[in-house]
Amino acid sequence: MAYLKLDHVDKVFTRGSTQSEVLKDINLTVEKGDYVSIIGHSGCGKSTLLNIVAGLTDATQGGVLLEGREVNSPGPDRAVVFQNHSLLPWLTVYDNVRLGVDKVFGSTKSRAERDEWVLHNLNLVQMTHAKDKRPSEISGGMKQRVGIARALAMEPKVLLLDEPFGALDALTRAHLQDSVMALHQKLNNTVMMITHDVDEAVLLSNRIVMMTNGPSARIGEVLEVPLPHPRKRLELASNPIYLKCRQRVLEFLYERHRFVEAA
Amino acid sequence: MNMPLAKTTTSALAAPSPASPAAVVSLPKSSRSFVSDTLLPNLRALAVRVIPPIIMVALIFAVWQILCMKPGATLPSPSRIWVDAKDLIVDPFFVAGPQDIGLGWRVLTSLQRVAVGFGLASVVGIVVGAIIGQSVWAMRGLDPIFQVMRTVPPLAWLPISLAAFRDSNPSAIFVIFITSIWPIIINTAVGIRNIPQDYRNVAAVVRLNPLEFFWKIMIPSAAPYIFTGLRIGIGLSWLAIVAAEMLTGGVGIGFFIWDAWNSSRLSDIFVALAYIGIVGFVLDRIVAFIGNIATRGAQAN
Repeated sequence: MAYLKLDHVDKVFTRGSTQSEVLKDINLTVEKGDYVSIIGHSGCGKSTLLNIVAGLTDATQGGVLLEGREVNSPGPDRAVVFQNHSLLPWLTVYDNVRLGVDKVFGSTKSRAERDEWVLHNLNLVQMTHAKDKRPSEISGGMKQRVGIARALAMEPKVLLLDEPFGALDALTRAHLQDSVMALHQKLNNTVMMITHDVDEAVLLSNRIVMMTNGPSARIGEVLEVPLPHPRKRLELASNPIYLKCRQRVLEFLYERHRFVEAA
Repeated sequence: MNMPLAKTTTSALAAPSPASPAAVVSLPKSSRSFVSDTLLPNLRALAVRVIPPIIMVALIFAVWQILCMKPGATLPSPSRIWVDAKDLIVDPFFVAGPQDIGLGWRVLTSLQRVAVGFGLASVVGIVVGAIIGQSVWAMRGLDPIFQVMRTVPPLAWLPISLAAFRDSNPSAIFVIFITSIWPIIINTAVGIRNIPQDYRNVAAVVRLNPLEFFWKIMIPSAAPYIFTGLRIGIGLSWLAIVAAEMLTGGVGIGFFIWDAWNSSRLSDIFVALAYIGIVGFVLDRIVAFIGNIATRGAQAN
């Protein structure tokens, strides 16, 4: 049985009398410990797909099964790292992580254990030094690290990343990608990531799900990335498998499913 | 490192040559003391803010004095007020008899009423505002009613509340309450409606229950709006209390003005006006100050 299963998911947005079908018959299974990227042009509904898995949006047809049980409301078992970090600006870095920890482990862990667990997760993303700062006092990359710590601290069954590096500059992005790769290696968690960056998808994931253009976007192709972990950014630059995977994704995105303006 | 300053200046003017390594020039250490560094600029900043208003007040008093000095003037001049109402100006807290007490006591009585009325309005206003900010239907149903109610002048409520409570003190408090609650409700509702979807998503993923959502997300996120409402509300309460007390009687500063008018003590009225103005200003500043502290985090992003 698949760990996470998207079963014939359709999504239709209705506004007044106009209906627009965003997603059409999405079927996808994700095994435990897998790292799956979903890539597609902007507007193809990949964020909608992630929101459906997160439970923030309801599917019109079909559903999402996690360990064989249907999930249709948001919960900490599918923690999300949001694109714009979404830290609460009135809480310190520590309290932002603590908010989720207190809710998830309020009855199972003692006060001291929760405190330790927050610090442990901040340490995983190397943000312990800023634990008493407010989000406005730290950089964009640091905010995203805290966002990752907040999600990890809930011990999610599936970690959902919604274009987590999209708002960062190239150097910070590369640095954070390495961190996420190291964390996945260390914790072996199940990750589903939305991205529009081909290199990022190939570098991080075991499988790349390529979406066709909307409306009525489908899964066009699923590409396995048979590169062993841990992966090194510099060594991969000339690796033939890496280049071939990259080529496949580029061809899919820019030849077969070229983005058409106002399609 | 220890190049003479003049030489560095000339070499800096010359075209930069990539071969020469950049030299760090240490500027001569300043020998200024605490007095010239910290004290004087602060004093100057203070003087810049304090001196112009003092000059303006002096000018206004001078013009007033000239206008009201001639015999037959209808209003007392500042010097006249000083002679007539010296006891009220000098000692706000004297007690000379049951109805002959300092203006400080009267202001405190009025403030007590404002505290009860405004306190109730704050609690009820924030809760009601939160509800109609959360619910589209409550908003549609109640917002037009609130928009009409908030334009009713405070004193128009007084006869109704006198009829309902049959006592002056609760009536005055009710007038404060009903006057100050509308801006609090409306601003809170707007603040709640403007909570970013991101924060709602975070709350949903963490699974906060409605009560936790209220305390941990709604209140801090809407705090800047709420405090704007509270600030307008406290100003309106202070406007309303004076008018209400004029009609209900008792000990407050409003009744004092009415009483002074009835016994033709015009000078006392001027002193009372000064008290009211200063207290209103202080109230506004207190709410603004609390607001600044409480919303430190929510504004910065």
